Amino acid sequence: MSLQVTKHADVVVIEVDGQLIVGNRQELKQKVLDEAEAGARKVLIDFAKAGYIDSSGLGVLVSLARRLRELGGDLRLANLNDDLQTLFELTKLDSLFQISDTRERALESF
Amino acid sequence: MASNAALDIRIPSDVSRIEGIVAQVVHRCREHRFAGRQLTLNVPVALTEALSNAILRGNGEDPSRQVRVRADVSELRLVLEVEDEGDGFDLDACTKDPSDPGNLEREDGRGLYLMRSLMDRVERYRGDGNVVRLVLHRR
Repeated sequence: MSLQVTKHADVVVIEVDGQLIVGNRQELKQKVLDEAEAGARKVLIDFAKAGYIDSSGLGVLVSLARRLRELGGDLRLANLNDDLQTLFELTKLDSLFQISDTRERALESF
Repeated sequence: MASNAALDIRIPSDVSRIEGIVAQVVHRCREHRFAGRQLTLNVPVALTEALSNAILRGNGEDPSRQVRVRADVSELRLVLEVEDEGDGFDLDACTKDPSDPGNLEREDGRGLYLMRSLMDRVERYRGDGNVVRLVLHRR
């Protein structure tokens, strides 16, 4: 997995490339926490290039969303493919996150 | 030509080994023409969950303990067996329902539920060690 970070006004966009699973989930967690430490409050995770996600990856997203809410911010998601959408529906996490079908719509939603 | 020989390998308790095992099993399922979503969702996610449970919980990430993975793939089905050196667990008691509001914001606890949602059958039994057996019929 690799992560690409870009900034769009006050939104930090992190694009996940590859699998987000137990062996690498801490990389994403640390990246978002570092951005939050530096002052970011609006974070968008873009899954356009992502592979599959396991329960550890989902757990990290839940943890990060909670942390950003505690700081008065928000974590939102974009570009889930059909497989990822299914995972979020199965685990009911589609009710916890604001999910957009494109990065542009997600950026407008903040 | 698709390989009919069962995969049978042992790995150390190291989560960095998971992706390689998953890739090998998915490759065999692709050779046997499993459906696209089974290759991109059901098999990789369920197997990742089974392996991470075995490594982290069963073996407690103890590098001296191993995980044995067997994968038997045919035109009909995939049978996976993931065996660790732990004491085992009660599959039903440990599976948490994500529709329970108290579970929604938990960081952990979705693995067994996902495994059981994505496979046709999940069983746990005592072999030489603690074995989780996953079955997925080809579609």
